[in-house]
Amino acid sequence: MRLNTRLFTLLLALLVVFVGAAAAEEWPDLSGQTVNVVALWTGDEQRKFEDVLAEFSALTGAEIVYSPTPENLATVLGTRVEGGSPPDIAALPNPGLLQDFARRGFLVAVDDIVGDLVDQYYAPVWRELASVDGKLYGVWYKAANKSVVWYNTNIFAEVGAEVPTTWEEMMEVAEMVDFYGITPFSAGGGSSWVLTDWFENIYLRVAGPEMYDKLVRHEISWTDPTVIEAFEYLKQVLGRPEWLAGGVEGTLEANHPQGIIKPFVDPPQAAMVYGADFSVSAISTETNAVVGEDALFFPFPSIKGSPAAVVGGGDVAVMMKDTPGARALLRFLATPKAAEIWASQGGLTSPNKGVDLSVYPNEIVAASAKALQEAEWFRFDLSDLVPQEFGSTAGTGMRGGFQEFVRNPDIEAITRQLEEDAKKAY
Amino acid sequence: MPTLTRSAAAHAGRRRDKRKHRLAALMFLGPAAIVLGLLVYAIVFTIGRSFFDAYGGYVGLANYKRVVSEPRMLVAIRNNAIWVAIVPAVVTALGLIFAVLTERIRWSAAFRMVMFMPLVISSLAAGVTFRFMYAGNPNEGFINAVIQQVVHVVKPPGLYPGGRLSVEDFAVAVDGGFESREFVQVGQQANFALAAIRPQLIPETATELRVPAPSPSGITGVVWLDFLSGGRGTRGQPDPEKRGLPGIKVEAIQDGKVVGKAYTGNDGSYAITGLAPGAYKVRLSPESFRQPFGGYYWLGRDFIIPALILAYVWINTGFAVMMIGAGLSSINRDLLEAARTEGANEWQVFRYITIPSLMPVLVVIFVRAIISVLKIFDLILVVAPEPVRADATVLALEMWNAAFGGMNDHGLGSALATILFLLILPVMLSNIRRFRLEQQ
Repeated sequence: MRLNTRLFTLLLALLVVFVGAAAAEEWPDLSGQTVNVVALWTGDEQRKFEDVLAEFSALTGAEIVYSPTPENLATVLGTRVEGGSPPDIAALPNPGLLQDFARRGFLVAVDDIVGDLVDQYYAPVWRELASVDGKLYGVWYKAANKSVVWYNTNIFAEVGAEVPTTWEEMMEVAEMVDFYGITPFSAGGGSSWVLTDWFENIYLRVAGPEMYDKLVRHEISWTDPTVIEAFEYLKQVLGRPEWLAGGVEGTLEANHPQGIIKPFVDPPQAAMVYGADFSVSAISTETNAVVGEDALFFPFPSIKGSPAAVVGGGDVAVMMKDTPGARALLRFLATPKAAEIWASQGGLTSPNKGVDLSVYPNEIVAASAKALQEAEWFRFDLSDLVPQEFGSTAGTGMRGGFQEFVRNPDIEAITRQLEEDAKKAY
Repeated sequence: MPTLTRSAAAHAGRRRDKRKHRLAALMFLGPAAIVLGLLVYAIVFTIGRSFFDAYGGYVGLANYKRVVSEPRMLVAIRNNAIWVAIVPAVVTALGLIFAVLTERIRWSAAFRMVMFMPLVISSLAAGVTFRFMYAGNPNEGFINAVIQQVVHVVKPPGLYPGGRLSVEDFAVAVDGGFESREFVQVGQQANFALAAIRPQLIPETATELRVPAPSPSGITGVVWLDFLSGGRGTRGQPDPEKRGLPGIKVEAIQDGKVVGKAYTGNDGSYAITGLAPGAYKVRLSPESFRQPFGGYYWLGRDFIIPALILAYVWINTGFAVMMIGAGLSSINRDLLEAARTEGANEWQVFRYITIPSLMPVLVVIFVRAIISVLKIFDLILVVAPEPVRADATVLALEMWNAAFGGMNDHGLGSALATILFLLILPVMLSNIRRFRLEQQ
C-alpha cells in the first residue's frame, strides 16, 4: 500500500512536470531588445530560418538580427569574441567546434536554461553531443541523416530487385542490376565526405558504437582489425570501378550533387547512390525524377546483424552571450514548435522527439526523421569529430586518403597512411 | 627702398611657393605613404608570424622546415616551376604571333577586342566555364562532346554497347567481341547468352528466342539476352521468355580469316551457310558491342596541369596581344620600309626589325606573366576537382589551404606566403631596375 502511494505520488509528480513543461511555456516580453544570431544558412535555408525567428519575435517582441555566415564560420565567430561583440546565439555545424569553443570559454553553459527541455525532447545521445566535461552547452536544432541509400525505383522494378536490408542483400541487388545492364553504384567522390561517410556507416555497423568512439578519440589505431574489416566491406563497392558510374575518374571528378543525380538522369547512369536525407534537394532540382516515386531511399543496410544505426550530422545552437533574449531564443529553439516551422517547409530534419512526423512535407523526410529518432546506434559524422587537420582538410588525412583509396584500393596502404596522418594531428 | 621691398616680397612669395609645393607633395605622397605603410606592416607581420605555430607559440624555423620536407609542398614548388618555365614564354610568344598576324587583317581591332575579352571575365567565372568544358562525360563536357562527334563518325557505337557474356563457359571475350573457346564443326551449333544489355536497347521487333535446327552445310545457333527480371531462369540456358538479340554479326573464322558470316534474326537465331566441312571458331563481331566514346578525363591526374595551363593561356593571351599590338603601331615605319627596299624578306624584317623594336614590351609582358603565374591560385581552386588538387597544387594554394582552407595554421600559411614573396621579389627588383634604366 505504502509502495503504491509512493508510486502514485511519483507518477503524479511526473505528470505535473510534463504537463507543466508542455503547456506553460511562458515567453518573456522582450520588446525593444535585440538578439543577434549567427548561422551558416543562406538562401532558401535562410528564408525558412527567418520564418522561425519571426515566430519568436511574435511571441516575445524581440528584434532579431540574423547574420548568415556560410564561409569560415569558426573564424568569424572567433574574431567576434576577441573583438568583444559575440552574437547572442550561434548555430555550430559540428560537435568538434562546440568543444573547441567551450574549452576556450566562448560559450555559456546552458544546463539551467534549457536542460529540462533537452531531457524532455531529445534522446540522451544529443545531450552528450552538446556537452563538454559534463556541462551542457547547446541544443541540436537541425540534424541530418547520413545513413541512406537512394535508388531509382524504376530500375529496381525492371530488374525485379527487392529493397535490401542487409549488406549481402545489397551486394546481390548490385549484381542483378549489373547483369541487367546498369552500373550499380554512383558516388560523388570529388566531395570527400561522400567517401568518408561510406566508411563511417560501415564502421559503425561492423565495430559498434563503442569502438566508433574509440576511433574518434584515436584510442585505437587506424590499422586496428576492425578498421581493416570495415575497409574490406568498403572495397566491395569503392574498390570495384566497374560497379561505379564513370569508373575511378568519373567518381573522383563528380562532387556530391553531380554524383547523387546519376541514378536519376535519363538514361540513368547508376541504380543506387549513397547520400544523405538532404540530397533530396539536388535530386528534385537537377533531375526530372519525382522524389517519392522515381527516387526513394532505403536505410544503409545492416552488417553482421547490426541494429538500426544512423550516422548523422547537424547544427547545434549555442549561447555566446548571457542575455534574456539569448536565453529565451535558446529555449524557443529547443521546442518542437521551432523545428516544425522549418520542417513543414522541407529541408530540416529535427532530432527533437516532440516534432510530429506528420508535419514533414513528404514521407521521405518523415522516414528519415523517424530513422534518426529511432536509431539504436546513433553516432555523429566521424570526420567532423576528429581534429580538423585530419578530418576536414582537403587533400590530406581522411579527405585525401579515401579519394586515394578509390584510385588504389589497397587496404594496407590506406590504413597505414591514415594512421600516420592521425598521429600527426592528435 | 622699393627694390628692397619688392625683393622681400619676392622672397616671401618664393617661400610661400615652396611651402605650397611641399604641401602638394605631401598631399600626393600621403596616400601612397599610408598604403606603403600598410603594405610594409603586412609584410613584416607575415614574416614575423611565420616563426610561430598555429596557436601562436614560437617555433623558430619549424614552419619552413615543414615546407621543404612535406611531399605535398614539394609538389607545389615543382608545379610552380613548371608554370614559370612554360606559361610566360607561351603567353608572350602567342601574343606576338597573334598581334603580328592580326595587324595584317581588316577588323584587326575587333579581333583583338575578342581576344582581350577573357581578361575582362573574372578568373573565377572563367575557371567555372573551363571546369564544365573539361568535364569527362561527353553529355556535360564541351571538349569531349566535340571529340565524341568525330570519334562516332569513325567508330559508331554498337547496337548493344556494353553487352557481355552472361557466363564464360562456351565462349570468351576477345578484343571486344565474343569467340567460342573450342572449334565448332559444320553441322554443330554455337549459342551465345549475353547480359548487361538494357531491354530498352533491344529493337521492338525482337521476339522470344528460338533455337534453330542444325544445318548440314553450316553452323547455326542463337544469341539471346539472358536476363529475366527477379533473377528468374538459369543463367546460360535458353529458357523460354528470354528474348533473342537481332542484328548481331556472327562470323565463322578459320586460320584467323573470316570465311562466313550471318546476322541474327528477330528471334536471335542465325545460320552461317555455305561452309566447307571442317572446324571453325565462331565469333560475335565486336562492332555490335562497341561502347560510345566515354570521354577523356581532362581533370584527372594526368592532364590536370596542361588543362589548367591552357585555361590560363586562354585568359591571358589577349592582354599580350593588346600590349604588343600597341607596341607594333609605334614601330618606326621608315625602318620597316627601308629594310624592305633593301631586299629583306618578311621573316628577316620580323626577326631583325620588329622583334628588337618590341623588346621592351615583350619583356614587360614576360615579367608580368612570371609574377602573375607565381601567384596563380583561384583558377586551380575552381578548375581542379578536390581529388586532384594535391597534384595540381601550387604554393599560393597551399598557403590558402594552410591558413584558411581547413588547417587554420596561420604560421605555416605565413611561412608559405614569405617564400612566395621571396620568389617574386627578384623578378620585381629586376623589373624596377629595368624601368629605371629605360627612364635614363
